[in-house]
Amino acid sequence: MIPMLRQIIRAGIVTEAPPAADEALRLTGQRLSAAMLRQLGRALVIRHIDAGSCNGCELEIHALNNPYYNLEAIGIKFAASPRHADLLLVTGPVAKNMEVAVKRAYDATPAPKLVVAVGDCGCTGGVFGESYASCGRVSNVIPVDVAVPGCPPTPLQLMQGILTAIAPAAAK
Amino acid sequence: MQFLNQSVELHPLANHAMPAWAATVGAREMHAFCAAARAAGRRLVALWGSDRRDRDKQHGYALHVALDLAEGLVCLTQPLSTAKPEFLDLSSVFPAANRMQRAVRDMVGASPMADDKRPWLRHDNWPENYFPLRSDTPDAVFKTKNEEYAFIRVEGDGVHEIPVGPIHAGIIEPGHFRFSVVGETVLRLEQRLGWKHKGIERRFVGLSLAGGAKLAGRVSGDSTVAYAWAYSQAVEAITATAPPPRALSLRALLLERERIGNHLGDLGYLGNDAALAFGLMQFMRLKEDWVRLNGELFGHRLMMDRVVPGGVGTDLDARGSRRILAQCDDLEREVQALKRIYDDHAGLQDRFLTTGRVTAELAELLGVIGLAGRASGQRWDLRCLHPCAPYAKLAPKISVHESGDVAARVLVRFAEIAESLRLIRNIVNAMPQGETRIEIGGELPGSPGAFACGWIEGWRGDVLVALESDSRGAIRRCHCHDPSWQNWPALEHAVIGNIVPDFPLINKSFNLSYAGQDL
Repeated sequence: MIPMLRQIIRAGIVTEAPPAADEALRLTGQRLSAAMLRQLGRALVIRHIDAGSCNGCELEIHALNNPYYNLEAIGIKFAASPRHADLLLVTGPVAKNMEVAVKRAYDATPAPKLVVAVGDCGCTGGVFGESYASCGRVSNVIPVDVAVPGCPPTPLQLMQGILTAIAPAAAK
Repeated sequence: MQFLNQSVELHPLANHAMPAWAATVGAREMHAFCAAARAAGRRLVALWGSDRRDRDKQHGYALHVALDLAEGLVCLTQPLSTAKPEFLDLSSVFPAANRMQRAVRDMVGASPMADDKRPWLRHDNWPENYFPLRSDTPDAVFKTKNEEYAFIRVEGDGVHEIPVGPIHAGIIEPGHFRFSVVGETVLRLEQRLGWKHKGIERRFVGLSLAGGAKLAGRVSGDSTVAYAWAYSQAVEAITATAPPPRALSLRALLLERERIGNHLGDLGYLGNDAALAFGLMQFMRLKEDWVRLNGELFGHRLMMDRVVPGGVGTDLDARGSRRILAQCDDLEREVQALKRIYDDHAGLQDRFLTTGRVTAELAELLGVIGLAGRASGQRWDLRCLHPCAPYAKLAPKISVHESGDVAARVLVRFAEIAESLRLIRNIVNAMPQGETRIEIGGELPGSPGAFACGWIEGWRGDVLVALESDSRGAIRRCHCHDPSWQNWPALEHAVIGNIVPDFPLINKSFNLSYAGQDL
């Protein structure tokens, strides 16, 4: 126990400030009312779905929980079931074999079911495109609120996308 | 040249980064050669199919088998009848061939003469007679059906099934695991993979040799350097391009950094899966430091698209070298401290030791390779056995443990981090001067169907890329083989007799790629 405590003290707190929301990532308008967003605060629960990625995006999503980005510290955590989730974080082009699973997970998510599509593949189909085996971009299969491009997007870009999904719509 | 006392006449493949040989064989020769390789303690590297009806009307399909022999890589091609493309079942020789053979049927429509008729990559979301890798198969989109897969049922008093997936309860890739359990004890696990199949091999067809690198680097994102390097080796062999020595050293630097980055993440998650969140936080901090320096020095945190045919798309200056060396010193100190904590942690060791065992005998039988193989006494490491430049000079030390449990897979990771740190220091200190990239041969050998392989020991195991160009110099066929093909079946055995709650720990200790095997 003593060596662990020493290590914790030596490492210190490395957490950095979260990025600001970026309105440019939004595909649709903010569907949530200001009152609802106030209610939600940033106490957001995410269900991650890998719909067919190369697993590069997953590495960066994992990084969101490391001490530098420390997503849980700002009230955002990952859940094991879509039934517990406010937001689906979907990576990959949607593989044909995953289409049903993705739709079922979406159906199981309680409204208002925010969806953030992750990576160039999630946004456009990426290098895999559409084919007999790939449905392409996530929005071809379920409605998407925010799309975060990048191959893969960095943890900061991912955080920005997630925060955009729960940010009040910017005044135009 | 003949090997294993077989009458098969092998010819050397030119311009390869490692010793490589090829031959065309008949059905019986193929089976006999594989059996001889198995008897000699050698192993199957990959198995795939191709369509060659444009070249041979009668024998319009082919089965390809790559083997690792003491002499190097051996690629055997068996032409198959156009009318009835069938081949002898090799899964009795190499059990790992089972799923690869089923994938050949799904993709090319050439069938193994085996009892297991179930599809593997096809989930009935495209028709049974739609073969994506046949050259006359048109692009098409079909209605999603999602088959009922015929899992093997375990029957008896108190046996019940736990279906898990395809979407798993974490930030993990999709796959389906069907557990048959009594109480908490796993009697049997059957995997159903292929969920991420997105048609990569068909996507390769027609891409330029240079353009294919980007796709190859996205077969399994956590091994992007290994794939990009293996792919580049194949392109360089076809185009007779010799990448400059500085490029090769930089590639090895990136590959060893990829190895350490993945090992750091795994060591963290292995602590976490045994309820030591401290381990996850500490190792994830180290991993973040590591990938941030990748981003700063090479322009990409995962180093995607940095290895390109002809060399590398990045360089290292004196300041970058100093930073890498300093980071190696820091990481070594930190990992040693954390290893002491892991070693001394009774609760953690209690979860690690004897959990998820794959004995050396079983590993040998199943052909377990890479990191998981080395933790079960299988001494396979390309960097040591068939070293490409610059590994011959670096002389890496293989890390082997015999016990085959989660603890052994943890120890191999610790040992490999230490060894890769040594390699990185040697690479940086002896970095050759000169170019980092040359143009790949513009004038291609005119022969239609130039064939070449790339073969690299990634962090998980050896990655093979088998590449065939067409007469215009575009890709005719590109097969990327992930070591996960061999190791997924071993996981089914590793969990037998363990309790269900230990499955995540055992699974993580293998950390196999779904994307890499689903293609």
